[in-house]
Amino acid sequence: MNEHIAVTVTVNGQEYTRQVEPRMLLSDFLRHELDLTGTHVGCEHGVCGACTILLNGEPVRSCLLFAVQVQGQAITTVEGLASGPDPEDLHPLQQGFWEAHGLQCGFCTPGFLMTLVPFLEENPDPTEAEIREALSGNLCRCTGYQKIVEAVQLAAEKMRG
Amino acid sequence: MKPAPFQYFAPTTLDQALDLLERYNYDAKPLAGGQSLVPAMNFRLARPGVLVDLNRVPDLAFVRPGSDGGLRIGAMTRQRQVERDPLVAERAPLIHETMPHIAHPQIRNRGTFGGSLAHADPAAELPAVLTALQGRFRLESKRGQRWLGADEFFVDFFTTALEPDELLVEIAVPPLPARTGWSFQEVARRHGDFAMAGLATLVTLDEQGRVQEARLVYLSVGDGPVTARQAAQVLQGQEPTEEAIQEAAEVAARQDVDPVSDIHASADYRRHLVKVLARRTLRVAVQRAKENGQG
Repeated sequence: MNEHIAVTVTVNGQEYTRQVEPRMLLSDFLRHELDLTGTHVGCEHGVCGACTILLNGEPVRSCLLFAVQVQGQAITTVEGLASGPDPEDLHPLQQGFWEAHGLQCGFCTPGFLMTLVPFLEENPDPTEAEIREALSGNLCRCTGYQKIVEAVQLAAEKMRG
Repeated sequence: MKPAPFQYFAPTTLDQALDLLERYNYDAKPLAGGQSLVPAMNFRLARPGVLVDLNRVPDLAFVRPGSDGGLRIGAMTRQRQVERDPLVAERAPLIHETMPHIAHPQIRNRGTFGGSLAHADPAAELPAVLTALQGRFRLESKRGQRWLGADEFFVDFFTTALEPDELLVEIAVPPLPARTGWSFQEVARRHGDFAMAGLATLVTLDEQGRVQEARLVYLSVGDGPVTARQAAQVLQGQEPTEEAIQEAAEVAARQDVDPVSDIHASADYRRHLVKVLARRTLRVAVQRAKENGQG
């Protein structure tokens, strides 16, 4: 029953292979096996959105996938957003969150970012209502969302150039 | 690690998947999108001994035109794909209208059309919608295949007619008759939450503009999809006036439903929503039926 299965997955452009139990959640795989602790774990039943990652470019809950299911697939986590270690290397959405105070404690932020990056790519000029709908699957207990909405608006401007 | 241990299989053909279900039977659980099953496993409410992951079976995800003018939808088609498919928008506008109400985009990216139907959550949208549309369900096992109507497929609270060795593989959606209008609406506390009540409504008018047939199927007010037969009866043969709609809504709330109270809403409030949703969806569906008659 405790057999381990080999999983090879590309995360942020780098390939990793690990032996895991089938019951290991992808969220735990990223954090404990790959030490990519930017992906946060909140409710672990698909409600809070903190663990959102991109699977083949689409946002999904990593707590609702088993690591063995992503064999051979490509994942992007929050660690993959910035192009380098300096503040100016941040993704425009990260810049937006920073400048507009889109976070306080920051626990929910990785999930918001990973939800909103593909949203802004598809909707370069979203209305406030569209932004609020887009982030409805992510919970934040600090900001009351207002600053997050403003951060997304700012990021959208930056991304439109 | 939260889920209890299980044995994991990832078949790459339907035949392999059916073999596994036959062999492990009651111990096995098919894994589709996992957006309901995995939370249940994380809570250890579900502890399947064997998981048969269907995500690598390629032939189960498709949207195709039906030869009858309707649609064929593969059970493993992602909800997001159904939401965005132009053929669904054209041939099954009620389904197209419903999809954005299902949870959040992150969930719909993984969740499957057939998975939601096979799970049969009384608060889920698709069972009510497929009941209203009189969808047909193709079930397959090593013993053969069978087609069931929605009324036969949905049995009870989280219960369908699926045997442990059977898979839901395909759903056939019949075309809408001429002069038919549709509407799906629900009331939830926040966008993407499970609805406190929801309603899928279809209205077909006759050539004189009277109601030939009305179908109202609720979610979240019973053990499964709840068809408001008395309300439909009230409308049948009538001009779809505001008074007739009002009367049907009253009857739906009084006679067709028997909702329960839970932490999300009281029975009284659900009954109120039943009436409100009947009015709102009937108005929209009647209007669309009239427009379809002119076109």
